[in-house]
Amino acid sequence: MLEKRPQPSKAWSYATPLVAVLATMLFGGVLFAILGKNPIEAIGTIFWDPLFGEFSFYYRPQLLVKGAPLVLIAIGLSLGFRAGIWNIGAEGQYIMGAIFGAGAGLAFYPLDAWYIFPIMVIAGAFGGWIWATIPAFLKVRFGTNEILVSLMLVYVAEQMLASVSLGLLKNPEGFGFPGSRNFQSYDSGHNAELIAGSGMHWGVVAAFIAVIFAYVLLNRHILGFHIRLTGEAPRAAKFAGVNPARLILFCLGLSGALAGLAGMFEVSGPSGVVSIDFNVGYGFTAIIVAFLGRLHPVGILLAGGLMALTYIGGEIAQSQLGLPAAAIQVFQGMLLFFLLAFDLLTNYRIRAARSEVA
Amino acid sequence: MDLSEINPVLLVASLMVAATPLLLAAIGELVVEKAGVLNLGVEGMMIVGAISGFAISVETGSPWLGFIAAAIGGAVLSLLFVLLTQFALANQVASGLALTLFGLGFSALMGQSYVGVKPPSMGEIHIPIISDIPVIGPVLFQHDPILYLGIALTAAVWAVLKYTRVGLILRAVGENHDAAHALGYKVIKIRIMAILFGGACAGLGGAYISLIRVPQWTEGMTAGVGWIALALVVFASWKPWRALLGAYLFGGITVLQLNLQAAGVAIPVEYLAMSPYIITILVLVILSADKSSAPASLGRIFHASH
Amino acid sequence: MTTPLLSLQGLTKAYPGVVANDQVSFDIGEGEVHALLGENGAGKSTLVKMIYGLVKPDSGTMLLRGQTYAPPEPRSARADGIAMVFQHFSLFDALNVAENIALGMENPPAMGDLASRIREVSETYGLPLDPYRTVGDLSAGERQRVEIIRCLLQDPKLLIMDEPTSVLTPQEVEILFETLNKLRSEGTSILYISHKLEEIRTLCDHATILRLGKNVGECVPSETSARDMAEMMVGSTLQTPERSGREFGEVALDVTGLSVPSPSEFGTALRNVHMTVRKGEVLGIGGVAGNGQDELLGVLSGEILTTADAIKFNGQSIGKLGPTARRKLGVLTAPEERLGHAAAPDMTLTENAFLTGSVREGLESNGFLKWSETKVFAEKIIKAFDVRTPGPENAARSLSGGNLQKFVIGREVLQNPDVLVVNQPTWGVDAAAAASIRQAILDLAANGTAVICISQDLDELMEISDSFAALNEGRLSAPRLTTGLTVDEIGLMMGGAHGMEVAHV
Repeated sequence: MLEKRPQPSKAWSYATPLVAVLATMLFGGVLFAILGKNPIEAIGTIFWDPLFGEFSFYYRPQLLVKGAPLVLIAIGLSLGFRAGIWNIGAEGQYIMGAIFGAGAGLAFYPLDAWYIFPIMVIAGAFGGWIWATIPAFLKVRFGTNEILVSLMLVYVAEQMLASVSLGLLKNPEGFGFPGSRNFQSYDSGHNAELIAGSGMHWGVVAAFIAVIFAYVLLNRHILGFHIRLTGEAPRAAKFAGVNPARLILFCLGLSGALAGLAGMFEVSGPSGVVSIDFNVGYGFTAIIVAFLGRLHPVGILLAGGLMALTYIGGEIAQSQLGLPAAAIQVFQGMLLFFLLAFDLLTNYRIRAARSEVA
Repeated sequence: MDLSEINPVLLVASLMVAATPLLLAAIGELVVEKAGVLNLGVEGMMIVGAISGFAISVETGSPWLGFIAAAIGGAVLSLLFVLLTQFALANQVASGLALTLFGLGFSALMGQSYVGVKPPSMGEIHIPIISDIPVIGPVLFQHDPILYLGIALTAAVWAVLKYTRVGLILRAVGENHDAAHALGYKVIKIRIMAILFGGACAGLGGAYISLIRVPQWTEGMTAGVGWIALALVVFASWKPWRALLGAYLFGGITVLQLNLQAAGVAIPVEYLAMSPYIITILVLVILSADKSSAPASLGRIFHASH
Repeated sequence: MTTPLLSLQGLTKAYPGVVANDQVSFDIGEGEVHALLGENGAGKSTLVKMIYGLVKPDSGTMLLRGQTYAPPEPRSARADGIAMVFQHFSLFDALNVAENIALGMENPPAMGDLASRIREVSETYGLPLDPYRTVGDLSAGERQRVEIIRCLLQDPKLLIMDEPTSVLTPQEVEILFETLNKLRSEGTSILYISHKLEEIRTLCDHATILRLGKNVGECVPSETSARDMAEMMVGSTLQTPERSGREFGEVALDVTGLSVPSPSEFGTALRNVHMTVRKGEVLGIGGVAGNGQDELLGVLSGEILTTADAIKFNGQSIGKLGPTARRKLGVLTAPEERLGHAAAPDMTLTENAFLTGSVREGLESNGFLKWSETKVFAEKIIKAFDVRTPGPENAARSLSGGNLQKFVIGREVLQNPDVLVVNQPTWGVDAAAAASIRQAILDLAANGTAVICISQDLDELMEISDSFAALNEGRLSAPRLTTGLTVDEIGLMMGGAHGMEVAHV
C-alpha cells in the first residue's frame, strides 16, 4: 500500500541514486555471471581499476574527457526536463555542433590565428542551438510534440554527418578515405589539453562553468524559478506570468547550444576528425546522467563522473575480461531503471498492506 | 539514372511489407494510448522483439515460434514499463526512454552470436485463384501471413474499441481515470493489459523486420521505426484505420526512397535516407493543430488515494 | 418498528493522521429522504464511499434490509441496489451520454435499446436529455441529469446524492426536488448530502449530523431551525462578518464588450461582458459552475489576453498586459483551484509566496531572488491569516484545503491591491476559516480596494457583496444592488432553468 508523503523526503532524494547504483551493481553482477564472467572481478574492473588500478594514471584523465560532454549535455537537458520540455534529441544537436564547429575551423585552414578556436566554439554552440530550435519553434508555433521532432532530427543529423564526412568536409589529402582533416595537427583549431596529461581541455572547463551557471540559475534566478514552476504546476506558472513560448525556446535552445558545444569540443579535441562514427551516443547517455543526477547540477556532475567511469571501466573489462560492449549499455540502462523505480520512495512511503479496495 | 527500373507492382508489394512493422507497433501503441498511457519505449520493445524472434526461429527453425517469442519478448520488456509507471508511479516519458535505452543494449548483447546468420524463411500465402490475378494478385495476395495478421489486428482493434464493452471501458479509463475508478473499474489492471498488448505488438513488428523485411540481424536495426510508429499514432488521431493508412504512406516513402537510391537518382543517398524522418516531422506539424481526439488522461499518473 | 433499508452500525475508518469516521451509526428508512449534514472535512465523503464500496471500513457493520452488507467494490453495491450521483469526477467528457450511462451499468443493453430507455426515463422524470450528445458539451445541470438517469435506469433502492445542488440554479433545484419527491413516492430511499440547511429543511425527512467524523446528533429538519442545525454542524456559535456603511470612489476597473474564446476544449467563451467596479465596492458574480467563471478570472488576471481597451484600470487600457504587468499596477487575482493554479503543490510556502508577490513586494532584483525577504513575506502571511503550518519551508500540498486557501487569499490581500478578483474564495473551507476570509475581503474593500468576488455560493455573495451580477453561458447580466434582491430574481439572472421544463408530476 502506497501513501503519498505530505512533502517530498529530502533524505530519500539523496539516497535513491546511491541505492540505484548499488542495485545496478547487484543485478549487473548477476548479468555478468550469466555471461560467464566473475561478477566481483567484473564490477571491480569497471569501478575500481580506472580510479585506483595499475594504469589509473592513464585512465583518470580519461574520466574528465568522457565525463565533460556528458555533464555539459545533461545540464542543458535537465533544465528542460525540469520544465516538462522533453528534448531527447541531444545526440543530433551534439552532431550538428560538431559539424558546425569543425566546418568553421576547417574553413580557415591552414590559417594560423588566435581567433579561430573562439569562432569554432561559437559555431558549435550555434549548430546545436539551431538544431534544437527547430523542435522548439514547431512546438511554440504549431504545438508539435517536441519529443518526436527532436528525436527524428537525430536520424537526420546522422545522415548529415555521413554526408559531410564523405563530401563537404572530407580531407582532400585523405587518399579518398571518409573523414575530415585531423584537428590534432591543426593548432589554431585544436582543443588541446590545457595541462598535458591531465585530460583537462576546454570542454571540461565549459562543463564546470555550466554546472555553476545552472546552479545559480535554478536557485537564485527568477528564470530558474519559472523553469521549476512550469514543470511542477504549468497552470500556476501561467498565473505567475511565465511566458511558456519563451521558456520553451530558452530551454530547448540552451540545451541544444550546450550539446553543440560538447560536440564541437569532442571533434576538435579527443576525436580530432569528423567521421561517420565519431559520435559515441553521448547525447542519449546524457539522459541517464540527467536523471541519475536528479536533474540537480551538482548531482549531474557526480553522475557524469560515474557514467564516465562505467564507459572507461567497460572498455577495460572489454579488453581484459572479454565483456561485450553491449553489456555495459545494458548496465547503464539498468541504472536508469532502478533510479526511476526507487524514486518512488521520495514522494511515497510504503505501508503494510491493508484490505482496501484500490 | 533509370527510373524505368522501378517496377510499380513490386513497389506496391514491397510498400506493404515495409509498412507492416510500423502498423503492428502503431496499433499496439494506439491501444496503450487509448488507455491513457504514453509508452515511449516502442523502439526498445521492437528491437527486443526483433532479436528474440530472430534467435528463437534460428534455434528452432520455425519462424512461427519466432514470432510468438517476439510477442512474448516485447511484452516482457513492457512489463518493466508496467512496474515503473503503474506500481512505482514513475514519469512515463522517462520510463519509456529507459525502456528504449535498455532494450537497445539488451538486444545488442543477446544478438552477438546471430550477426550474419540467415533466418528460416516464412514463406508466402498464395491465396488460391485471386493471387493469380495479374497485377492485383502479386500486389495484394502473395504475402507472408504476418502481413495479413497486421491488417486483421487493425480491424479487430477498431471493432473492439467501437463496438464492445471492453473497448468502451478502455476508452473510459484513458479519458478520465478518476471517474473510471469511482465507477469501480480497475484502472491499473486495464492499463497493464493494454501495455502488455502494446508490447506484444511492438515485439511482432520488430521480428517482422529481422525475419521477413531484411531478413537478418544487425544491432539497432529498427533504426527509429518505433519512434515513427509513435508519430503515426498522432497522425492517426488515435483511429485504427487511419493508422493503417499512415503506415502505408510511410512505407511507401521508405520504399520509394530505397528504389530511388537503387535507380541512382542524382540526389545524394544521405538526403534520400533522411527523407522519411523529415516527412514524419512535416506530417506531425500539419496534424498538430488538432489535438481534440487525444485521450484526456494520456500520460497522467493514476494513484487511487482513497 | 419496520426494518430500515440500510442500517449503519459503528462504522470507523481511519487514515494516517486523521480519523475520518469514528463509530458512526444511523438508519435510513424505506422511502425516506435522509440528509447527511456536515462541514467540509466532517467525514461525509468517506462514509458515502464505504456505503458505495469504494472504501472498506476498519470496523463496524452495515445491514441492508437486515442482511449483512459489505460491498467489496462499487459493482456489487450497484448490484444490491445502491446508486450514487457524484459531485465530481464521474463523467467522461469525450464520450456521449449513452456511453457514459452504459459505463455505470452492470449489464447494459445494446446501445440502440439503451438510448430509447434513456429517452423514456428522462421523460418520465422530467429530465430531458439526448442520448447521443457528447457529455463535454453539456451544461452542469445537464451533466447531473446524466448521472441521475444512469442511477435511475438500475431501479435503485437507495440513491446517494453528493451535494447535488451546488451546480444548479434555484429554478433547477426546484425541478430536481420534484424529481426526488416523485422517487420518494415510488418508495426509493435517498441519502442526501449537503451543507445547505434550507434545502434540507424543504426536502428531507430526517437528518444525521456529522462533525469531525462523529455522529453528533439527529433531527427532523422540518421541525428544527436552520440556526440550530448550523450550530450542531459547526459546534459553536458563528460570527457573521461585519460590514460598515461604505462609500464608493471612482471606477477602478472597467470592462467593456469583452469577448474571448475559452482556452480549453470544453470551456465556455465569454460573450460581450460589461461591468464596472468602483473603489471600495464588492461586486459579487454568481452563476452555476462552468458558465465562464474560470475564463473571466483568467482574462482579468492576464492569463488570457484580449484587446487592450476591453479592460481598463483607472482609465488605463490593460487588456493586453500579462499577469506580471497587471500585478505591478495593482490588479491582483486569486483563482479557484488552489493546488496547481494558485499555488504549486510541491513547492514550499516561501516559493509560493514569491509566485505572485515578486513584483509588488520587491522580492527580486535584476532577476535574482531575495530568499530571505521572501521568507519574511511568507511568514507575514502565515501570521496574519492564521495559517496552520509548522513553517514556511513546508510544501503547499501538506496544508489542509482551508489553510492553503487562507494562505492564497492572504498572499494577495497583504499586497495592498487596488483591484482584487477572487474565484470561489471559500470553496471547501471550514466555516471559521470561511468567515475570516470573508472578513478580510470586506476589510480590504473598506480601505478602498475594488473587489470582484466570483462564487457559486449565493449566501456568501449576499453576505459580502454590494452589487450582484450572474454569469450564464459566458454572458454577464447587468449588475444590480444586492439589497432587496430576491432568490427568484437571482435565479432568473443565473439563467432560470436553462430552458428546461418543470417536470409534470
